[in-house]
Formats: sequence, C-alpha cells, structure tokens
Amino acid sequence: MAVYNLSLNGKKVKVDVEPDMPLLWVIRDFADLKGTKFGCGMALCGACTIHLNGQPTRACQTPVSSVGRNDKITTIEGIADGKMSIIQKAWIEEQVPQCGYCQSGQIMSAAALLKSNPSPSDSDIDAAMSGNLCRCGTYDRIRKAIHRASAEMKVADKGIGQR
Amino acid sequence: MGKIPTSRRDFLKAAGISSLGLAVGISGFTKDASLKKITPAVLRLEINPFIIIDTSGGITLVNPRPDMGQGSTQAVPSLLAEELEVSLDKVLIVQSDGMGKYGSQTSGGSSSVRGLWMPIRKAGAAAREMLTTTAAKRWNVALSECTAADGKIWHKASGRSLSYSELADEASKLEIPKEPKLKDPKDFKIIGKYNKRLDVPERVTGKAVYGIDVDVPGMVYAAIVHSPMIHGKVASIEDTEAKKVKGVLQVIKTERTMPHRTSEAVAVVATNWWAALKGKRALKVNWDNADYAKTVDTASYFAATYEAAKKEGVNFEEKGDFTVKYANAKEKLESHYETPFLAHAPIEPENAVVHVKDDGTVEIWAPVQGPDWAMRDVCGYLKVKPEQVKINVTLLGGAFGRKAYHDFLLEACHISKELKRPVKVIWTREDDITQGPYRPGMLSHMQGFVQDGKIAGFHHHAIGESIVGQVFKGLKEDEADPWLSEEISTANNKYEFAGASKVSWTHVKTDIPVVWWRSVYASNFGWGQECFIDELAHLAQKDPLKARLEILPDERFKKVLDTLAEKANWDEKLPAGSGRGMAVFKSFGSISACCITVSKKDAGVKIDKVVSVIDCGYYVNPDNVKAQTEGNIVMGITAAIKDGITFSNGVCDQTNYHQFNVMRLNEAPPMEIHIIDSGAVPGGVGEPGLPPIAPALGNAIFAATGKRLRKLPFDINNIT
Repeated sequence: MAVYNLSLNGKKVKVDVEPDMPLLWVIRDFADLKGTKFGCGMALCGACTIHLNGQPTRACQTPVSSVGRNDKITTIEGIADGKMSIIQKAWIEEQVPQCGYCQSGQIMSAAALLKSNPSPSDSDIDAAMSGNLCRCGTYDRIRKAIHRASAEMKVADKGIGQR
Repeated sequence: MGKIPTSRRDFLKAAGISSLGLAVGISGFTKDASLKKITPAVLRLEINPFIIIDTSGGITLVNPRPDMGQGSTQAVPSLLAEELEVSLDKVLIVQSDGMGKYGSQTSGGSSSVRGLWMPIRKAGAAAREMLTTTAAKRWNVALSECTAADGKIWHKASGRSLSYSELADEASKLEIPKEPKLKDPKDFKIIGKYNKRLDVPERVTGKAVYGIDVDVPGMVYAAIVHSPMIHGKVASIEDTEAKKVKGVLQVIKTERTMPHRTSEAVAVVATNWWAALKGKRALKVNWDNADYAKTVDTASYFAATYEAAKKEGVNFEEKGDFTVKYANAKEKLESHYETPFLAHAPIEPENAVVHVKDDGTVEIWAPVQGPDWAMRDVCGYLKVKPEQVKINVTLLGGAFGRKAYHDFLLEACHISKELKRPVKVIWTREDDITQGPYRPGMLSHMQGFVQDGKIAGFHHHAIGESIVGQVFKGLKEDEADPWLSEEISTANNKYEFAGASKVSWTHVKTDIPVVWWRSVYASNFGWGQECFIDELAHLAQKDPLKARLEILPDERFKKVLDTLAEKANWDEKLPAGSGRGMAVFKSFGSISACCITVSKKDAGVKIDKVVSVIDCGYYVNPDNVKAQTEGNIVMGITAAIKDGITFSNGVCDQTNYHQFNVMRLNEAPPMEIHIIDSGAVPGGVGEPGLPPIAPALGNAIFAATGKRLRKLPFDINNIT
C-alpha cells in the first residue's frame, strides 16, 4: 500500500491504496464518488471517462501511481462546479438518457470536445464520441445535445441572454 | 380517439385496502436517490397498496415496474396524475419491494403501461371520486358542482376549494367506488403529451444510484471465477498467489444458480473490488469439464438445426393443407434464415449487494427487473419467507432481459451466507459476455408459394432452443413452444394467405444458457418472416410493400404501412446502387414497421436512413416512445451487423466489447420515428420497434445490390 495525494474536483484527497489500482476504483470506492462508472475494464466502453488535466481519460486504465499530486482530476460530480453545466442542461433538453449509466462518460467526453472545439461538426463529434458506448442507443440525441450545447455556449459567451 | 376497452380485471376489488405497512426505506444507499422515505404516521388515504394520499399534501405511488431506462418511473405515475388531476411532480415514486401485495412487478414483455393502464387509472379515478364526494358533503352541495383540478376540489359557483390533504382523512372513511368514472381521453393533460422525464437530471449529474453504486457498512467485495465451459465442476483450487494479493480476505467455493441448473464457481473475497479482481486473476482453478466441449458449442448446435429443418416439426398452427398445396404449387420458394446467440451486454454489468444476517433475515440491494421474481428466487434458494427478505431495487444500468435472470443475485446470497456479512458481487464484462444467458440462436426454415400474383402460401418452421423449455422446464417433447403465439402466429401477424399457412416448431436443445433478450423470439423470427415475405413478393413480381397490403386486411396494419410508405417516400425512385427495404412486425401488442435506405459503398453498403412507424395504441409520452424506438433501431442494427456470440469447444469466443462489438455513435444512421394515434388499447413500447429492423436492412440490401442475405450477423462493409 502507498499513500497518494490527489487533486479531485478541486479538493485534496489522500488515499492509501495499491499503486496499480486504477483511478476508477480509487474514485468510486475510496473517494466515494460513484458517478464514474465501470463498464469493461479495458478502455473499450468509455463509461469511466474522467478528465485528467482537462484531457478525457479512461479511469479504468489509469493506475493511481501514474497520477501526480498536482494533476487535476475532474469527474462528472465536478464538471459543473456544483451547478448544472450548459452541457448537462442540453442533455436534459434533448432528453438524452435512457438508463443513464453511460451518460457520465458521454458528458465527460462531450465536455472535453466542446472545450477544445466549441463548434464541432458531425464528423468532429464522430471522432470524439465514438469511444463511448451506449447500449440503450441514445446516439442520435447525444449528437443533438452536443450541437445544442455548442449553440448555447456561444450565446453565453456573447453575454446574450445573461441576466 | 375511440372508446377505451376496459380491462376485465377488477383491480380495486382485487387489491382492497391493506394495512399501512408501506414504508419502503432505502437506508444504506450511498446517496439520496429519487426515492424517499415515507413515514407511516402521515399516511391517510390508502386507495390500494400502490397509492397513498397523505395529510401533508403528498401523493405517493408505489411503482411496480423497475426502471432500466425504459421510463417506467414517468409512465406509471403519469397514469395516476392524469386521473387524480395533479401535476407529475406532485407524485412521489417509491419502488415496490417484491412483496406479494403488489402483484406482478417485473419489467418485461413491454408490460408496464399495457398492464397498469387500467389499474392505476382506475385507482386514481377512485381517489378523485372519493375526494370530490367528501368535499361536496362538507360544503353541502351537489356532487356535480364539484370538480378536481391542481390537487384540489373546487366548487366553482362559490369559488371555494379544498386541498386533497384537507380531505384525505375524511375521504378514507368512504367505500372505494367499484367502477369510478375514468377521464375522457380528449381531456387528457398528461397522457399522450410531451413531458420531460423528471429522473433525467440525476442521470446527467452522476447522482443516480445503480446497483453497482450501493455501499453498506461492513461490506466486502467478491469477484467470481466462473466455469469457462459454463457447467464444469471445480476439480482443484490453487489459491496461494491469489491470497498473496493485498486486500484479499478469502477464497471460497461458491455456486452459480441458474433457473434450470446450478454450476460451480469460486469467489475471491476482498476488502475492495480491485483487490478481488487481482485475486481472481492470480487464482488458478482446474475444472472437470466432462463433455461440455461438445455440448456447449454453437457450430454443432446450428448443424443440428439445419438437420432438423429436413424433417417435419410439431405443428403450432395450420390453415389449409399447406404440405399438399406447397407440393403442388408451381411458383414456390424455400429458404433458411439464421440468427445468432446474442449477449445483452448492458453497460452496467451484473451485480448485487446481499446481507444474509445472523437472525435469518436477508437484505438485498440489486438492479433486478422484477423484485417479485427476485423474492421468489431468493426465498426458494435460501429457504426463507418473504417477510424475512427486504429487497431494495436500485436503478438498472441497462438490462434488456438479462437482469430478470438472477444467477448473479443468488451468487451474492450464497457468498454472504457463507461469510455471514454483507457482500457486493460485481461481474466483470468478461463474465457477462462469456457466461450468458444469451438470446438463443435460431433457424427459420421458410417455405412459401405464389398464386395468381399474390403471396398465397407461407410456412414458418421455427427451430432452436426454447426459453420456455430451458428456463422454465415447461415444454413437452411433442409440444410447440407456446411463445410462438406472441411472435409468428397468424393471429398475431395478421397475414391472411389465400392458399394455406403453417407455423411449426422443432426443439433443438443446447447446454448454452438462454433467456429472453429485447423482444424475445420476435428478434429472431422477424428476420425469417419478413425477409421471406420480401422474397415471395419478388417472386410474385410485386412491390414488397404492396404485396404485404394485399394480404394484410387488418386496418391498423394497413395504416402503419400506408404511413411508412408516405414518410419514407417509398414510391420515390432511387438512383442505381441505392435501395429501400421494409418490414413490419407485431409484438407485445404493438405494430411496428421500418424502412431502411442503403447505398452501395466500396464492397458493402452504407445505411442512409431509417424510418420507423409504430402503432402502440394509447401511449403516455410521445418522446419516450420515440426514444425507445431509436434504441430499438440501434440495437436492431447492432444485432444484424455486429458480433454474435459463438462457442468453440465449450468456450465463448467473445470476451469483451472488442470482440462483441456494439454500434458506436459514428455508425448510428439518421433516423426518424412516426407514431400513429390509433386510440387502441395500449401496446408495448420497449421492444416492438426492434423486430422489423434487421429484415428491413436485409431487404434494402437486396434492393440495392441484388444480394439476398439470410444469415445474421453479416459484415455490412463486405456484402458477398
């Protein structure tokens, strides 16, 4: 066992775990943040997607020992800084989730996409989102929600509609 | 909209008024879910075991259909809110716990709205009537002068109103009306209207609690080593390395109890699940596999189905003497259509938390499709009474039929009983894919003939493993699978053949575990039925849609096909290399048709568009009907062009999503859904959209390329 100091959603978290434990299980079972999901354990489904220093990362394939104390880990619980983000609101507007289990990962991937590319084309969305499986088949709505969030972000940036 | 057929079942009479033992807590959850505790002290008017109106203004509905993404936590309360004249957000939902008083509680067979449409509406109407009567009495005015709206009873003439909470106590003393007057559908404010699902916010913020998210004090974790050939016995366990893994507490022999048989397994128990998984990887189990290399095998299974196709099956139904007429027919065809075994592969793998306590009581937290079935299975397995068992149903991270099969739950029961402490079992994705149960692979042996330019003879010989036979041990040797009635009987699909028709069955058994998968056999037999109708239409030199209309006199089917033709521009000419295909199938009370357009691309084809039409009778939320149909399109295409499950020498050839691929976002085609307002009795929504998808695609590929595909899955990028 070894002690790791992590920066998780802006908070300092200290855990005493095995060095090879994937961040997924550290986040879920030691930091008690259950929004990040286990789906495949092989980085095939994207249900465990988090941000590591802003980059979408598969937590199931990221050993805790590879994460430094200054690396910023963000999970679905920290994505909106306590408030519902524009992306999450778009997800609600489009009524994206069915079972919802994959949607934390979908939203984390979408958030990273929109940060690096505020106006993604359909092919940009294909490239960024195809690592996240949804067995319920909500893909059409995920695409619509990303376009909606993109439009909403532009409005917010211009200060239009701000009160 | 027409008159609503009423259910014969007199729900209120059957349910009666029971005791106030309705406090369904969720203590032990890690987070505050959408379910809340009810304090028995505030309960006042209990209309039946499902509905409580309390004196603080709260309305509680016990939802007897777990939500696996199909939207039952909106659909069921909508039925109540509509009749009770309250907005949807006023109804608190509590998930039923499997106790017998709640009756059938399994989300399956697309049954939620179909089954609860009348009972819940009647209960709501009864409550409204009792509250109205109470108010009228209190004001000493005529009942006809009082109306219910916005959670209050109003007396318009005097402008007075009383809230339900003010009336509940007194109303509870009245007799429950036996035949309360239901609202006229033209006055519906919630049913049939777009409403956002109130459970969506928790599903986009990580707050929703699924089975895998449950933690209870003192809990340990288990990872299971299952038999690679499903039924092998443990010959020896070498656990020295596994026990060296930090956090591993114990290695114990356990068992996987399926409905029809039990197989041996080994559990690695640890202080956290990662340690349990590492222990599992370090553990060596030697298996006595007997002859399972031969009997847990898909190639030999399918070979047996093709052999069976050479012989007559057991008749399920026959109209006219098909055999003679087919033998004498001049224009006839014979084909074989094959569908593979499939895993459900919900993204949340199978998991359960169970605490078998020292005092003999049991508490369960698990993503199960039916707490009633889970109760039955747990009581049977642990030899306890329902009163000793508390089942907390969590949200389900997808299920598609898989989580109504409780092997994973009974494993957790076994391990907790052995360890005498709460345990969380989580299956790996590899467990999920390699262990089953699966949708059975099936063969459809088709024969048909054409007379006077019309499809006049049709024989569907369904061949394969029976879910009824294997899961329920409920099929006699000389009996056709009764579930064919829901799938390919002429009573269901409504085709009328002027010559003769026949549905027959041959049971080919396998040791591969099988179970229902989204739309059950319809997902198999829709492929054979609707592709073969297409073949016969071409033999008759008819347009496939018009050929169907000639033999489908049923008005609802006609409307569905006419709508599909219009919305998909069926008659519009396509450029060379493109083609449209269509299929129609009725299952679980709803008719669904699909038109798929494809165009040639390199060695394969590209799906340009999918148009689906559904007539599900009365529905609750059109947006949810669309969402479910979109899901069925994705899952239906996945089942056609992605991986099937195969077993070679006893072992599953697929292990995770890299070998059992499911459709990804970049592969999802543009799709369009149209709902028909038929005003018919509600049908299912969760499954009926799926069966027409694969045959519509196969027929489109034939139209575009001239290649007739008869075996699923196929490689859409390489059509040969």
